[in-house]
Amino acid sequence: MSALGALDGSGRAGNGIDPTAPLARANPLAKLAVSLTISMALVLSVDVVSAGVALGLELLALPWCGLAPRALARRGWILVVAAVPAAVATAVLGDSDAPVTSGLAIGLRVFAIGLPGVVLLATTDPTDLADALAQKARLPSRFVLAALASMRLFGVLAEEWAALTMARRARGVGGGGPIERVRDWGGRLFALLVLAIRRGAVLATTMESRGFGTSRPRTWARESRLGVGDLLIVLGGLALVAVAVGAAMAAGTWDIVIA
Amino acid sequence: MESVAPVRITARGWGWRHASRAAWAVRGLDLDVAPGERVLLLGPSGSGKSTLLAGLAGLLTSSAGRSAQDATGEDEGELLLDGVPADRARLAALDAGQARAGLLLQDPTAQTVLARCGDDVAFGLENHAVARHEIWPRVTRALDAVGLRYGLEHPTHRLSGGERQRLALAGVLALRPGLWLLDEPTSMLDPDGAARLRSTIADVLAETGATCVVVEHRVEAWAELVDRVAVLEPGGGVVEQGSPSGVFAAAGERLAAHGVWVPGRHPRVSTRAGSTAGPSLLEARDLAVRPARSAPVAVRGITTGVRAGEVVCLVGPNGSGKSSLALALGGLIPPAQGRVVAGPGLEPPDGAEPHRWRPRELVSRIGTVFQEPQHQFVAATCAEELAVGPRRVGLTPGETETRVADLLARLGLTRLARANPFTLSGGEQRRLSVATVLATRPRVLILDEPTFGQDALTWAALVRLLDELRAQGAGLVMATHDQWLLEHLADRVVVLPAGDPGTS
Repeated sequence: MSALGALDGSGRAGNGIDPTAPLARANPLAKLAVSLTISMALVLSVDVVSAGVALGLELLALPWCGLAPRALARRGWILVVAAVPAAVATAVLGDSDAPVTSGLAIGLRVFAIGLPGVVLLATTDPTDLADALAQKARLPSRFVLAALASMRLFGVLAEEWAALTMARRARGVGGGGPIERVRDWGGRLFALLVLAIRRGAVLATTMESRGFGTSRPRTWARESRLGVGDLLIVLGGLALVAVAVGAAMAAGTWDIVIA
Repeated sequence: MESVAPVRITARGWGWRHASRAAWAVRGLDLDVAPGERVLLLGPSGSGKSTLLAGLAGLLTSSAGRSAQDATGEDEGELLLDGVPADRARLAALDAGQARAGLLLQDPTAQTVLARCGDDVAFGLENHAVARHEIWPRVTRALDAVGLRYGLEHPTHRLSGGERQRLALAGVLALRPGLWLLDEPTSMLDPDGAARLRSTIADVLAETGATCVVVEHRVEAWAELVDRVAVLEPGGGVVEQGSPSGVFAAAGERLAAHGVWVPGRHPRVSTRAGSTAGPSLLEARDLAVRPARSAPVAVRGITTGVRAGEVVCLVGPNGSGKSSLALALGGLIPPAQGRVVAGPGLEPPDGAEPHRWRPRELVSRIGTVFQEPQHQFVAATCAEELAVGPRRVGLTPGETETRVADLLARLGLTRLARANPFTLSGGEQRRLSVATVLATRPRVLILDEPTFGQDALTWAALVRLLDELRAQGAGLVMATHDQWLLEHLADRVVVLPAGDPGTS
């Protein structure tokens, strides 16, 4: 449940992450902007050069992200799980003239798009992201804070899930064939939902009793700041994209996919 | 802590009906609370205590005079804080940067809003539009006052239940409310945590001089903290009020009959101590347990066991690993070290280690009752819930039906046979969760805090039932903080000190 743990805010203090690294301490909005820019550019074309160059540049920037190799591996394995089957499937099932090249193009793309996302999630505290979204991106604070509070409940639900699993074994449920396992899983999910709704209702009452949920103006205990460093990071992201696309154009592989 | 302007409460013929319900949750309520006065609300479940607190907190918005989508129900009469309707008082306070009423609820995990301690306390201040430079000093003072000294950045998910309640208390305190509303704030804490939270609340009330309305089942500890006790009856409003000693003298018997833990009237059940040491059912040999796969070992070096007709109680402070040990004995957590071995009395299947058994083999031998009954419910009605186990062990439909009917009757749940388990009251859920485990007639029963937060009626029913099971030759293991329960049932006590466990 480490993924849920990260959502709970525990990722920040987490092992192998240096929160003072230049990219890690940047405003979440800057990180989000870079991540989105890279994604949008790389979905335009499916070729080896743009994805390869982007990934190469990302790896060069990695030392400034504050992620130790162990922390990166623990959070990045999902990319391998996604990239390898995608690449193999494209190579085997695709109708391309150069199956290996298109498989590679897809695989590299998943890495190049996914890596900034992994860094963003690993180095960003949800609270800081919410602060930035509400204060700087001007998203409605009621929506942002409600989402933030419900994310904290995710961590609680992870514990509930473990308790449910044991409690149902104690009732004699589960442990049969595949059909029964699926049914048991569904039952646990339903129970989790019921518990989540109850907890959510109490949480909502607590928040409301502390003045949340009206359309009146509120203040922010911590100011979300955008500084020169954040501007440099966004410019760096744009440069990365420009170099990757430029390289692909120069190599003649840039080929915009239009659905 | 600076003093606040205490609030005066005036209720005149007040009533509230939730939007989706036909019946009124509260009706015809008259109550006056003077500024700075502290009142304990008592009454059976369904008398509208929590609804009254929600109303005082300004969280109930009636359809009269408001836009329809804001309304959560219908009201009658008046509920005033310093002469202003409670819901309007709440909104007016938002502009004043200081809440009129502060609410503390029961469930520690559901009252933490944000991921860091400092932010969680600051949340209410932000909503009240307090200026940034004022927020942090107020947050720090509030955290200091409740004795949470981990710092502003400490992650809230690392706090214990008692600490989380303390954090919620700080979140309310920072808003400097003139009225404190406490809805069973200690009922989910162990006795030590509850006592400490209570003493912090006492300090806060003494120093701020705020008015306070508290709802609690266990009145003994609160009696010395309040000036007045008010008894509510379903649909009847306040039926009795006065000084704690006066009310307990006048209405003690009736309150006890409703399940209130009235001082000096705690339920007494005559039990027979297990005299015959029967055959060994379950043994732990040099056992160590970790509560979760990646967690550190919570308890180690345990060698103990339970025999037929014996009640073994596991006691010790919070974090001493009582629950983990109970779950390991129940075959639900594999040992980190050592073994749990079923004795011949349990007729073990192919292996003697319960954690390797299939769920179906486990359920007819060892029954485990969890602290939180809701975790164990798997069916849509109470009757079906009781039928799950018997079906799993291969009883015929006829036999299953007889067992279900028998258990429903014995635990006073017959009229709820068709009800959804999740909709039952806390006491009913507890009885049902015990009944589900009994349905397969296991020889060993493991119970994790079975009396936690229960009213006196459910408590007595449980003790009677457990005593009966012991007499029939079952072996019982209970992890508990409940001293009164120990005095009634324990044949042997295993004391787990915080850290290094030993046996006595």
